[in-house]
Amino acid sequence: MMEIPETLKPLFALGCPALAAILILVFGRRPNLREGVTLLASLSQFSIILSMASRVVSGVKIQSYLFPIVPGISFGFRVDAFGLLFALTASSLWILVSIYSIGYMRALKEHAQTRFYFCFALAILGAVGVALSGNLVTMYIFYEILTISTYPLVAHEQSQEAIFAGRKYLAYLLTSGVFLLAAIVFTYATAQTTDFNPGGILSLTSSSRSTLITLFILFILGFMKAAYMPFHSWLPAAMVAPTPVSALLHAVAVVKAGVFGIVRTVAYIYGIDLMRELGLGILLASFAGVTMIVASLFAIAQDNLKRRLAYSTISQLSYIVFGVALLSPMGITGAILHIPFHGFMKITLFLCAGSILVASGKKNISEMGGIGHSMPITMLAFTVGALGMCGLPPACGFVSKWFLGLGTVEADSLLFLAVLLISSLLDVVYFFPIVYIAFFGDRERGTLNLSEGRMMKEAPLSMVIPLSITALFSIIFSFPNPITSMLFDLVRLAISH
Amino acid sequence: MLSFVEHLPVLVVVISLLSAITIFITGWINKKTAWYISTATLLSQFISSIFILHHVMTVGPIRYRLGGWVPPWGIEYVMDALNAYVLVILLFLGLVCVIYSKRNIDHELPDKGVSFYTVYQLLITGLCGITVTGDIFNMYVFIEITSLSAYALIASRGKIALKASFTYLVLGSIGACFFLLGIGFLYSVTGSLNIHDLSLLLPPLYGNRVVLAAFVFFIVGLSIKMALFPLHTWLPDAHAFAPAEISAMLSGIIIEISTYAFIRVAFSVFTARFLQSLPVFDILCWLAAAAIIIGSVLAISQTNLKRMLAYSSVANMGYIVLALGLSISARKAPWGGLNPSMMHILNHALMKGCLFLVAGAFIYKADLWEIRDFRGLGRRMPYTCAAFVIAALSMIGIPPSVGFVSKLYIILASIEAKKFFFVPVLLLSSLLNLIYFWRVIETMYMKRVEGKDSAHTSHELHLQKEEIPLGMLAPIWVLASLCVIMGILWLANIPIPLLNQINSTFGLGGIR
Repeated sequence: MMEIPETLKPLFALGCPALAAILILVFGRRPNLREGVTLLASLSQFSIILSMASRVVSGVKIQSYLFPIVPGISFGFRVDAFGLLFALTASSLWILVSIYSIGYMRALKEHAQTRFYFCFALAILGAVGVALSGNLVTMYIFYEILTISTYPLVAHEQSQEAIFAGRKYLAYLLTSGVFLLAAIVFTYATAQTTDFNPGGILSLTSSSRSTLITLFILFILGFMKAAYMPFHSWLPAAMVAPTPVSALLHAVAVVKAGVFGIVRTVAYIYGIDLMRELGLGILLASFAGVTMIVASLFAIAQDNLKRRLAYSTISQLSYIVFGVALLSPMGITGAILHIPFHGFMKITLFLCAGSILVASGKKNISEMGGIGHSMPITMLAFTVGALGMCGLPPACGFVSKWFLGLGTVEADSLLFLAVLLISSLLDVVYFFPIVYIAFFGDRERGTLNLSEGRMMKEAPLSMVIPLSITALFSIIFSFPNPITSMLFDLVRLAISH
Repeated sequence: MLSFVEHLPVLVVVISLLSAITIFITGWINKKTAWYISTATLLSQFISSIFILHHVMTVGPIRYRLGGWVPPWGIEYVMDALNAYVLVILLFLGLVCVIYSKRNIDHELPDKGVSFYTVYQLLITGLCGITVTGDIFNMYVFIEITSLSAYALIASRGKIALKASFTYLVLGSIGACFFLLGIGFLYSVTGSLNIHDLSLLLPPLYGNRVVLAAFVFFIVGLSIKMALFPLHTWLPDAHAFAPAEISAMLSGIIIEISTYAFIRVAFSVFTARFLQSLPVFDILCWLAAAAIIIGSVLAISQTNLKRMLAYSSVANMGYIVLALGLSISARKAPWGGLNPSMMHILNHALMKGCLFLVAGAFIYKADLWEIRDFRGLGRRMPYTCAAFVIAALSMIGIPPSVGFVSKLYIILASIEAKKFFFVPVLLLSSLLNLIYFWRVIETMYMKRVEGKDSAHTSHELHLQKEEIPLGMLAPIWVLASLCVIMGILWLANIPIPLLNQINSTFGLGGIR
């Protein structure tokens, strides 16, 4: 195969979904070809991004700047360890979710599938663009593309509820985009650049304390995609979307783009030292801590499986923000690790929810009694994901939570450690019942509700295989092996500055 | 001996005028020739304007003396970077609209084709005249030619359009009177009508009350013409009831040409130094901010698509005027001086041109005016609606579209000018844009068609497309794709040297 020049790799990585989006429209009438394009694009994107990994691990930053937008800002990409980690997570999961969504969309005979795949490809373009961007302005461009392209996916069902959810989604996310733009422009006016710099680009010498704090609040409002409370309600509403969308976009790509942005701001725009000096770490950690606990409490009250998972996502996203806000190396390690780890675990859970829906038509937990007997593979995968969410071994959630715990100790804050532990306990409270009902619940109620009396069985293979793979990876990540060591190398590199 | 290109400024005006007469005469014999003559004329004018722009950029300004009379006495046509740029935009949109009109006019104005193209060509004559002339009284004459043809074109649909046209006629005439009074006042103190001559004669008289009064007359007169809030009241009806391509021209070019006239008066007749001594541009900024917010809020309350777009034009004129108001305080390249306002003149022409042509397509195909009737259009007319979405996203300011670039540059300019108040205004405005455009998009794509209770019917049933003819779709898509392509070009700063040359003509901007 032809070798792509290194500096062009980020462009090719983004070119894959862009080209795929066009081809999907062209082949709209020929479903097999259309889905073939999606698969091919996701595979080639992943391999391109993976091929950058070895260079990035050795400490090189792959840069490609296309053109200057204003003095000091160029449109372009700079692939560092942290960005690569997010890009790898998003693109690897895109392959699996593509396979899964083919099964899902066809099994449910969904309408407007061309629009679905088109927008999906664009959303991946946005997410990977956010990951690889070299400065805030480039990031903003992809961030907005991500918002717009996911709207048709949220409102896909076109019911009154879906339209309303779509409105809410746009209202929250585009408003936050406006705050983000304001924050970026003021950053530029203060620092004359918006490049991501490991030590930060803002300083107290060039602007006053209150300005920097206000600017930080603008940034946090701008990254509303991170779904922190009280600005979280768009995420549960967005669960009306088809399950592959909830899985990849509203558990990984979209929400992680928000969290990713917060981490970028904290570590690369403000810098750890400035954050500490301004006392913003404590503020952010408090907000994240509250979200972690309150969202878990909300999750307990949900009977709809996807909504419960959504609240769990809200809570888990705040783990990442929390870890960064601790401003300690261990905390940040935990936070960065939690991005791919939570991605794999949560996507497993969502994919399970989707295959339960396809196989049995059930959305509510209370109707799932004994479902584990009819769908053993799915529910086993679900159990793995649930264990991970609670931070229990052997799933990889344990590893990232361990580091987060170490982070709180490093930050000398027993209160935050307590928050972390309470939240983990609550995770157990709302995940354990699902597993219990599935395997030990009232089996009669569970199976008899199925219409036409046909026997319930596993969802199509194209759905079961992806979810098994993600579950498997959720376990693999917690044991030493080449993949894990590469991940750790990347994380070490990301925090070494 | 003048080179060929140096004759083009006058030819652009003359061939347009001659073609108006030709259309009228040949129309007696064969009605079908009208469109061909008009298109051919506009195409040649557009090509000429590109030659002019190229000449101005590479060689320098063109000065053409009509009849060989020496300037202060004779009329002079002057092409510098500013009007060469505006002329290209004007003729480009004119060309796109005339191509679109071939099918649309048969539908909207059956049997009036010949008179439509005659008047349309007169409108183009007037617009070109305003742009190329270097004589302020001559400019007034062309403003009147433009306005009179616009009145006729707006009224061409009859019925309620007559009322809209009459309102515009009354207010437009008042505006023209103010402009004429301004000219008279200046003439009484300087004895000259040549713009270049005036700029030399005026500086010693800057304290003179008559000069100040003249300036105020110019501002008020042109503010009516460019529908600057609160003098915008004629605009919504005029835009809503005119034929689609005339709405597109009105919104995309005619009010912008009045802005051009204002820039010409403010920076060529008067100078940046004069403006800096007065608080006028600050007041303009505040009026523009009000226009942006109030225009958008009024747009939200509309149920008719074309009226909604018309109010959106009021808001967008606010953008242009706000950028203009900041032009004397923001100096850093690439957002200093006239750059953001020049940029938005082009951007608005592309976006609003596209949107009005799409609105016309809905009327052409299904006689749909009200937004609530657009249910299911996303499937019935997929290509037209996709173009609408692109232009609407651009209006909202989603990167990398042209609307985003305008917004970004105006924000950067207002930060440099230390007028921070306008930053939240601009940001709020993009949210308001979101509200009114999204309502349309949502209705087109997401709301279910009444009677068909399920959106899950197999797609074969939905594929009864009713697309508009290619002759209408192509212009729409040219504009829609330019909304993105120009956005990327602006972001890449490729056309910025041109704008910098405009700035340097007036001694604006300059800090790299």
